Amino acid sequence: MSIITIKNLSYQYPISESDALKDVSVTIERGKLYALVGANGGGKTTLCNVIRGFIPHFYKGDLRGEVLIEGKDIREWGMGELSQKVGYVFQNPFTQISGVKDNVFEEIAFGLENLGMEPGLIREKVDQVIRMLEIDYLRDKNPFELSGGQKQRVALASIIVMEPDVLVIDEPTSQLDPKGTEEVFKIIELMKNKGKTIILVEHKIELIAEYADYIILLNEGEVAMQGSTREILTDERALTFGAALPQYSLFGMEMRRRGMDLGSIPLTEKEAIEAVKTWMKKGVNA
Amino acid sequence: MSFLTLTNASFAYPNGYKAVDRVNMSFNKGESVAIVGQNGAGKTTTVKMMNGLLKPSEGDVVIDGWNTRDYTTAQISRKVGYVFQNPDDQIFHNDVYSEIEFGPRKLGLPEEQVKANVMKAAELAGVVPFLKDNPYNLPYSMRKFVTIASVIAMDSSVIILDEPTAGQDLPAMERLANLIETLNQEGKTIITITHDMEFVVNNFHRVIVMANRQVIADDDKRAIFWNLDVLERAMLKQPHISRLGYSLGIGHNILAIPELADELAKHK
Ligand SMILES: Nc1ncnc2c1ncn2[C@@H]1O[C@H](COP(=O)(O)OP(=O)(O)OP(=O)(O)O)[C@@H](O)[C@H]1O
Ligand SMILES: Nc1ncnc2c1ncn2[C@@H]1O[C@H](COP(=O)(O)OP(=O)(O)OP(=O)(O)O)[C@@H](O)[C@H]1O
Ligand SMILES: [Mg+2]
Ligand SMILES: [Mg+2]
Repeated sequence: MSIITIKNLSYQYPISESDALKDVSVTIERGKLYALVGANGGGKTTLCNVIRGFIPHFYKGDLRGEVLIEGKDIREWGMGELSQKVGYVFQNPFTQISGVKDNVFEEIAFGLENLGMEPGLIREKVDQVIRMLEIDYLRDKNPFELSGGQKQRVALASIIVMEPDVLVIDEPTSQLDPKGTEEVFKIIELMKNKGKTIILVEHKIELIAEYADYIILLNEGEVAMQGSTREILTDERALTFGAALPQYSLFGMEMRRRGMDLGSIPLTEKEAIEAVKTWMKKGVNA
Repeated sequence: MSFLTLTNASFAYPNGYKAVDRVNMSFNKGESVAIVGQNGAGKTTTVKMMNGLLKPSEGDVVIDGWNTRDYTTAQISRKVGYVFQNPDDQIFHNDVYSEIEFGPRKLGLPEEQVKANVMKAAELAGVVPFLKDNPYNLPYSMRKFVTIASVIAMDSSVIILDEPTAGQDLPAMERLANLIETLNQEGKTIITITHDMEFVVNNFHRVIVMANRQVIADDDKRAIFWNLDVLERAMLKQPHISRLGYSLGIGHNILAIPELADELAKHK
């Protein structure tokens, strides 16, 4: 059953002269991880803002077409109700901080507090998320006095703790060190395994190749391609629409160009290792 | 001859937290260097000391013979330009042109020179099509380029870029690489903080690694990316292709695709 259905969606910002989204149609299935990719300015954040109802509830502009969350049109959802259904992690972690709490623990607890949850339960949930994101050492720090990557972890924690059915996450790893980036992907996978539906904007294509079920490729406001991760990443047209290919695939293509064809084009590290090992064995036997 | 030197420089924030502890770094004029390292290592704090936004609580930062203690941030900004990690901390005008023009105008440059600097910076950063736009209506990635242009327009001899690669697509990465190279060829010293290891492999030789308030390595990229102990301590990973070489047990210094292919050709 699809949880989000978007049909012929077009959107123009209030003072803008052209559409930022053009005739977008996508169906999001429950419990899957969708990577929203594409060139800068392609409309990724704009589409996120539609799915969380920020457009049209706060940004006016001109919205056409249909956006259904659990069958109900986005225009009919109340913002309070919708924000519990769809959690949104901002692209710029610096803008996510509420500004009303003076330590990280309370910052993460803020959303649950607003729901009127019982304090003991809040503490339990916040503790759990803090452990998951390995930010216990930040617990008593002022949210404004954090490094970029630390803020980004806190921003993600403050949404995950709410346990919304749908997580819309706009570039959650852009400020993270490489190890932190991989950890966040593992956390996202964990959320998926709990049945959450995830829409993830991300540029790090090697990790998308490893974790995403589907890819939606936006280019200049249009859905240029959509399909399973493998389908999209092995289609060279993706390149012409501003998508990157994994290093592992580029390596496979280079081998092919040099007459050392690995037999298939690997997408992930694991596939690349397998492919090279098989290729080496064949070489010895031949 | 070192143009910019940090000697045992430490910094503690007003709340008492020591973010940088006795750091030593030195840069020659015209060098291009990458700084990498774990979140919270102290990278941003360190570079803010280089342009005088923060003054060391202990130790010295000396730029072209000036000790930053003896000069104001405004004076130092003529020598060292800093592009903030968060573009929204830097942008405060309602159109891109005014944003870029602000710095050189404040320097008191003649009108013609201001205009020339703005246009050159805007072209290098690729923001010419947006000069009339409100920066806040631009996507995050482009706002970052607006702030880069603002700093280039000041024409300082040192330019520091804090996480310019965050959230950038391929063409933007190429634009970044190209502007770093161009400014470097003009003799400027460029210091780039990034978490993108592939970007480091493609664009730099010298790499400084920070972890836990200190510099833990300062070396050529090949030495850095095959020093697993240093990488581990700084929460870094080898570049993807190096990792593949490592997992396959071939090549102990591979950084890029052609090198891996060369190595495999030998094994066949
Ligand atoms: N508030 C706004 N007013 C007018 N136009 C806007 C506004 N916000 C975004 N746009 C425009 O909408 C288009 C899509 O922007 P969006 O931020 O959705 O892109 P994106 O794919 O998220 O890019 P990035 O990779 O840089 O984050 C861009 O042309 C942008 O200039
Ligand atoms: N204004 C502040 N007040 C107190 N502590 C701060 C402040 N800003 C940063 N810190 C702390 O100083 C340490 C170093 O922060 P800094 O921003 O220099 O790290 P960084 O290496 O740039 O990290 P990142 O890669 O996440 O941007 C962090 O532990 C951070 O929490
Ligand atoms: Mg965006
Ligand atoms: Mg930083």
